[in-house]
Amino acid sequence: MEQVSKTFEKLGGVNLLPIILGAVAFVLIGAPSSWVTLTVAGLAMGMMVFLMASGLSLVFGLMDVLNFGHSAFVSFGAFIAATVLGGLSGWLASDSIALNAAALVAAYSAAILFGLVAGWFFETVIIRPVYRDHLRQILITMGAMIVAEQTILAFWGGTPYSVPRPHFLEGSWIIGDVSIEIYRGFAFLLGLAAFIGLYVLLNRTRIGLLIRAGVEDREMVESLGFRVDRMFIGVFMLGSALAALGGAMWAGYETLITPALGAEMMIIVFIVVIIGGLGSIEGTLLGALLVGLMSNYLGFLAPKMALASNMILMVAILLWRPNGLRPAVK
Amino acid sequence: MKQTTGTLVVKLVVLAIAALLLFAPFLFQNVRSLEVAARICIFIVLVASYDLLIGYTGIVSFAHTMFFGFGAYGAAILLKTMGPGWDAVILGAIAGVAVSLVLAVAIGLLSLRVKAIFFAMITLAAASVVLVLVSQLSQLTGGEDGITYRAPDLFKPATKLLTDADGKVLRIFDVRLNGKLAAYYFVFFSSLILFVLMLRFVRSPLGTVLEAIRENEARAEAIGYRVVAYRTFIFCLSATVASLAGTVYAVWLKYTGPDTSLSFAIMIDILLMVVIGGMGTMWGAVIGAVLMVMAQYYLRDLMGAASEALAGIPVLPELLAPDRWLFWLGIIFILLVYFFPKGIAGTAMARGARS
Repeated sequence: MEQVSKTFEKLGGVNLLPIILGAVAFVLIGAPSSWVTLTVAGLAMGMMVFLMASGLSLVFGLMDVLNFGHSAFVSFGAFIAATVLGGLSGWLASDSIALNAAALVAAYSAAILFGLVAGWFFETVIIRPVYRDHLRQILITMGAMIVAEQTILAFWGGTPYSVPRPHFLEGSWIIGDVSIEIYRGFAFLLGLAAFIGLYVLLNRTRIGLLIRAGVEDREMVESLGFRVDRMFIGVFMLGSALAALGGAMWAGYETLITPALGAEMMIIVFIVVIIGGLGSIEGTLLGALLVGLMSNYLGFLAPKMALASNMILMVAILLWRPNGLRPAVK
Repeated sequence: MKQTTGTLVVKLVVLAIAALLLFAPFLFQNVRSLEVAARICIFIVLVASYDLLIGYTGIVSFAHTMFFGFGAYGAAILLKTMGPGWDAVILGAIAGVAVSLVLAVAIGLLSLRVKAIFFAMITLAAASVVLVLVSQLSQLTGGEDGITYRAPDLFKPATKLLTDADGKVLRIFDVRLNGKLAAYYFVFFSSLILFVLMLRFVRSPLGTVLEAIRENEARAEAIGYRVVAYRTFIFCLSATVASLAGTVYAVWLKYTGPDTSLSFAIMIDILLMVVIGGMGTMWGAVIGAVLMVMAQYYLRDLMGAASEALAGIPVLPELLAPDRWLFWLGIIFILLVYFFPKGIAGTAMARGARS
């Protein structure tokens, strides 16, 4: 047993989990073509969920602030991107890839811009007065989430809102008997780019060094003369912008969105953050990929089980590692 | 506890509310008012049991409606399959409590040990999974449509509790002594008993230990109280009370569906009631529940009128539409947490200290 766990650690430890999950699913599913389709779908979903969850995890790690209103950024991002895309539907329908891409960039930029501004507002107005008070943080951010959800209902109404996709992302690639939806591949690549950007920012730059040091030991960094609270606003805004981007991508993935989207995603985001361990983006990525793959595989293998799959995954992992897979917070 | 004039006022208000609820069928003689009164009774118990968690122990759970729902569905499913009868109600209550206890122990031991903050997230996840399961397992739970069934015969509107000389239903002060009245008093007295039991509990030595844990976890642990065990115990207790309240509500409504017992909207209502009334006092639960339920039933009418009056101005009518009342409550909620974290009862009780 000890030998096994030692080899496991040497090979990469918990990082292997998504691969193991994929391998097990491959055996169970049997048909390689459906396995590839499901895996791509799972990876794409995982990447989008990662975008939504990374901010929450960092914010908690750096400032010990738990934001229950995080999902508001996701749903606002989705609805704003959908509105921009709807307004530019002329560009989307044209055959020119440049116009298509311009509309997409405009939609995503609008979502990100909103995330930055709303994140700044949320941090200074809502969260600042209740630092270091978990109970009131949970209550206040919950209240903010209610207000945000009601605002969406007031502006966009309660009926499902359809999201147009750019022309060049419609359809699927067909390689042999494997078909991959183009949008899923695109979502995966964009998510991967965001992860690499975030990874480089945190591990290769001075500001990233300070953020990681702040997560590790906030008082020490402050006593060295750095303003952790200012850094924190930056991290919060970045996290909100990423969540809004994730929401915008999710809107295109689902093509039909309702105001309940935020509440649905919040559960998944929480599960991801708990599984991954609070405060580390690597852990969040791991958790997001596990959740994405698990729900797609189980949705195929045992549709009835799929509802509870994330919950089962979370319980199993918490029993094994009570602090999550790769926690950065003590 | 120090006696203050504020405390006296709060207690008098609660006493007045209790008196109003006791005589509600005689004071307000229409169907809607009785509905409101019964809902207030149930929610007082539900909110007070939630306050045991959030106010007396300082842990935030989002699974309280889940336990409420277990009690309601336990009674509903058995009343549907076994037919109307007291055996179905009692068995349903026991089943609901049993399921609630098992889940509460599991969640408590799993997450209260790790980190208090995980608890909020894990309960939220568990509650949402149960909500999805209930809407999926439609053979058992009726899915989104819920279950309609008949209550025990005693509570039928046609039942005559007392008859006059002609064999008709006896009237006292113009109120018919029929099954509807019996049902209301069933709700009232069950709620009263549960509430008094909880009131007794928080004054017991055990309740004091819980307050000690809330104030300083590390110190309580150091004195020798096992924090995890106490927290799990209080979680189970509050789950049990919520589940029983669910059973009573199911008997009163004769209908159980996700919207009446399980939905996230009810969880938000409970949170609002606790915070508005005041965390950490049982009296606060009474005040919060009364205010919120009244607002739910009567504020919407007011908002509808305001929305129509403002038609023509962009956005404002939508924000004032009756369906958007949660928007305003959310804002009030945030302001309350900022400026009056103790809620109405807590703030009032701190006033007018007697030396």
